[in-house]
Amino acid sequence: MAVVSTAVVGVAVVVLVPKAPGWKRVEASFFAGDVFADVFPGLLRAFWLDVKIFAWSAPCILALAMLIALARNVRSPALFPLRLLAALYTDVFRGVPVILTIYLIGFGIPGLGLERPWNSPLLWGSMALVLAYSAYVAEVFRAGIESVHEGQRAAARSLGMSSRQTMTSVVLPQAVRRVVPALMNDMISLQKDVALVSLIGPIELLRQADVDKSLNANFTPYVAAAMIFLAVTIPLTRLADYLLHRQRRRTGATAVA
Amino acid sequence: MNGNGVREVALPKVELRHVTKAFGERVVLDEFDLVVDDGEVVCLIGASGSGKSTVLRCINLLEPIDDGEIFLDGNDIAMPGLDPDPIRQRIGIVFQQFNLFPHRSVLDNVTMAPRKVLGRGKAESAASATVLLTRFGLRDKADAYPDQLSGGQQQRVAIVRALAMRPEVMLLDEITSSLDPELVGEVLDVVRELKREGMTMLIATHEMAFAREIADRVCFLHDGVLLESGRPSELFDRPQQERTRQFLARVTGVTAR
Repeated sequence: MAVVSTAVVGVAVVVLVPKAPGWKRVEASFFAGDVFADVFPGLLRAFWLDVKIFAWSAPCILALAMLIALARNVRSPALFPLRLLAALYTDVFRGVPVILTIYLIGFGIPGLGLERPWNSPLLWGSMALVLAYSAYVAEVFRAGIESVHEGQRAAARSLGMSSRQTMTSVVLPQAVRRVVPALMNDMISLQKDVALVSLIGPIELLRQADVDKSLNANFTPYVAAAMIFLAVTIPLTRLADYLLHRQRRRTGATAVA
Repeated sequence: MNGNGVREVALPKVELRHVTKAFGERVVLDEFDLVVDDGEVVCLIGASGSGKSTVLRCINLLEPIDDGEIFLDGNDIAMPGLDPDPIRQRIGIVFQQFNLFPHRSVLDNVTMAPRKVLGRGKAESAASATVLLTRFGLRDKADAYPDQLSGGQQQRVAIVRALAMRPEVMLLDEITSSLDPELVGEVLDVVRELKREGMTMLIATHEMAFAREIADRVCFLHDGVLLESGRPSELFDRPQQERTRQFLARVTGVTAR
């Protein structure tokens, strides 16, 4: 049944869409084969910059987010200011659109007149991504930490383990395992949002596609760029789904909370 | 040591004096007094909410007390500002919900605290853990994970985990209450074994027959007060207080049905 209905819809799209009155024009400006072949290698090279920004931002995000999550979780009354600061951080950076953070930091900080390489928009654009995403990822970590049953903490502390040992040996290993699927989703969004850095200068995939579009007076480079993004994000999304599925199955079979 | 000088015999192992503990408005322990001698097995009985578990959790410093004193070998351990970790190493506790670490194997559950807290080597701690596991019939489960074990096996592992720290006192908090009836026996056998060794134990339990068999003294708690205590034969057969009679009639009525 699923196969039949999918086939019907597929045929309808392939047959009907080209019958639309404007199809010839759309085909020429979005699906031009010669333009595609022409710009694709350059786009791939530009995509390498996206990969690099992702590669250095992601570990920074995970580390900073973990620190923030731990700060939000401190129980000692003396450290309450730290907790407050962490809460304020997540509120601010989750409440501002990522693109605005990139503008403010990416234009603002190099405007201080710093020397090379400290005035690079690439550096501060990445920094803005790190700051914004850390706020989201910190919330994921925090949810994971809070999902670990209080009894686990009690058991560890009752054996004489310190709160730090309890956190690193008992709570975090369980918390991180639980949030891997959610983290994957955030990393997939990051992979796409890396393109926002182009708005303050660096020529990565989206920016290169923009340039190619203007040069060719044709939108095909955008389609090519979208295909490159999809080639990376679809496998990652499937992997995240698979991890989530496996997780559900496992926790369903687990007797201890 | 306590300044009264009249005590010729050894100090009590554990002593609670006027311990008061409230959760918000609700007073759970009201000027609670209790003495447990070295090598003595004391059972706490009483309705749910009578304060049995809270007594144990306070002794283990998992709950800070509002007022009163708790002595271990004559030293006040509930004084604010004391580092609880070295004290907790001397007091083992086993929980109703086992609280095994689900991400670690049975052997790792048992060796974690000796390694992290006492700084024991991997081989050394594994060797002594294996001795304990073997004694309680769990040797072939050393590499299993908690969710692969029955409830009775998990609870025996939890007891072994507490014993691995060589505690001077064991607190057992309704350790058979979440077990299927046919698994209760194997856990109680472990407690009998500990009594033979002369372990000082404080046991909160709903198993009246077991309390009668194993306890040197039984304490009846009602609304956070120790209402009556005595040898099992005294308390079960000739309860002095009306409340105690009512409670015993109710629970034995339930078990007889």
